[in-house]
Amino acid sequence: MSVTHTHAAAPPVPTLDVERIREDFPILAQEVNGHPLAYLDNAATSQKPTAVIDTLRHYYERDNANVHRGLHELSRRATDAYEAARATVAGWIGAPAPSELIFTRGTTEAINLVASSWGEANLAPGDEILLSELEHHSNLIPWQLVAKKTGAVLRYLSLDDDGRLILDDLPGILGGGRVRIVAIAHVSNSLGTINPVAEIARQAREAGALVAVDGAQGAAHHPVDVEKLGADFFAFSAHKMCGPTGIGALWVRGEILERMPPYQGGGEMIDLVGKHESTWAALPHKFEAGTPNIAGAIGMAAAVEYLRTIGPEAILRHEQDLVGYALDALGDSPGVRLFGPPEPSERAGVVSFRMAEAHPHDISTVLDREGIAIRAGHHCAQLVMQRFEVGATARASFYLYNTKEEVDRLVRGLDTVRSIFGGD
Amino acid sequence: MPGVPDVQLSSLYQQLILEHYKKPRNRGALEDKTVEVHMRNPACGDEIKLQMKVEDDIIRDLRFLGDGCSISQASVSMMTSMLKDRPLDDAIALARRFTEMMHGDPEAAKDRSLKDLRALQGVSKFPIRVKCALLGFDALQQAVLQSRTATGDQESAPSEGS
Ligand SMILES: Cc1ncc(COP(=O)(O)O)c(C=O)c1O
Repeated sequence: MSVTHTHAAAPPVPTLDVERIREDFPILAQEVNGHPLAYLDNAATSQKPTAVIDTLRHYYERDNANVHRGLHELSRRATDAYEAARATVAGWIGAPAPSELIFTRGTTEAINLVASSWGEANLAPGDEILLSELEHHSNLIPWQLVAKKTGAVLRYLSLDDDGRLILDDLPGILGGGRVRIVAIAHVSNSLGTINPVAEIARQAREAGALVAVDGAQGAAHHPVDVEKLGADFFAFSAHKMCGPTGIGALWVRGEILERMPPYQGGGEMIDLVGKHESTWAALPHKFEAGTPNIAGAIGMAAAVEYLRTIGPEAILRHEQDLVGYALDALGDSPGVRLFGPPEPSERAGVVSFRMAEAHPHDISTVLDREGIAIRAGHHCAQLVMQRFEVGATARASFYLYNTKEEVDRLVRGLDTVRSIFGGD
Repeated sequence: MPGVPDVQLSSLYQQLILEHYKKPRNRGALEDKTVEVHMRNPACGDEIKLQMKVEDDIIRDLRFLGDGCSISQASVSMMTSMLKDRPLDDAIALARRFTEMMHGDPEAAKDRSLKDLRALQGVSKFPIRVKCALLGFDALQQAVLQSRTATGDQESAPSEGS
């Protein structure tokens, strides 16, 4: 079975003016341990542009009030801004209607919402949940929990040696007729692999299964259109895409969302409350119990507006340029083992590697002394580490403000590592 | 250290540490272990499996298996090389003293009883790496605890720590 991605004569993608973009991010203009900061840990969290920081400040200085409650001017402003943010954020992923977008604490809470609300109402013993070996723990543990509660069974798509999902196994697994939901990452945070979600969703749909997409990396590093992806659920976090921490969103296809029971109970999510029974607020408020992260949602929308001025296609192209450059340079660096697909076009801005001489921790500590921030560890993807039989990797992850010069510094930093750990 | 201008780095990565990292002492499985503890640092994936043969509150032998950074592996290597034929009380005292040094106690750092382990004092300047250095000692303290609760019950199978 072959999977081809055909891009019909795509319009030219502009290149980024990175020097100008860097000026939008005040945090980048600092020294760490006596060296200019090279922030290469964007898969963990991204930095925030002035536009987002100013939006938060402006909101707290002028508009702050609770939403959907007060009848006064500030409450109206806060409510308007919060609901406008919903529309903006929904637009970022091509959601057909803002009312299908629920604000959450982030991807993790969004996936827990799907697993609890949809899962507990729809999964029966023997039903199957199809995941993959490259999932982040937040697209794994919620499903393990709901499987225990409902008697559903977890199945896994495996990874090939280059960190791609083995799609050839998909028809066989779906053909069993028991898969109710496929929960899969759009982009892997540990290897950078861009998964063929549209193809997986097409097959899942034919087999009568729903598709939940962990879009934490996707929404940040890849243009997203939930309709084109064929997703039924799409979860993502603001902090990975230039927005604040503590806010994210879940999009759910309308007809599915309408039939889902509430996730949490409390204020905001009710219509009429009685002593023993209550009725629920209209969508999406039914799924937003309690005072939401209002400033966060507004900040998330500001991040979307900011990224829009740059363009998701151009950002992805820039990341893939850097990945190609880094893969070449690291590939030439002695004793370096690279993980993930060899073609930059198959991945977003993530490069995972190990060195023969030194453990990822030690690499990270040495680089930190040179002002270079990378991540070392299992990246909340222990199944990936088990697949490649390593305990940890070092990971550099890029975003719109990173430069080839920073990649050069990373590669030179590995020489320092070698000067300490190399030899006998 | 040649080619390494950074003072903090060279104080962290002392030759003695690198030497233990590259040629760990007492690495491997212990055939006649009476206790085994498996410790993992969930934040980073470092792991150490410590095995000891304890008789009459004396550590007759100890070995470890592990996967992790230079600091975690050198620390446990040094630790094991100091505790053969030593009473459990000494093991606990060593773990205490070493922990004090890791938390920046200057007196502990001067304590000769820590021997090679003093090479690790530079780690205390890298707070995120202190956990690495302590992983083996956490395993040791667990193992001592388990040996003591198993006393008088010598036939019981080795139990697995967390
Ligand atoms: C692929 C992936 N999924 C899920 C998450 C969890 O996101 P959050 O921690 O923002 O909930 C992350 C990031 O940590 C991620 O990279």
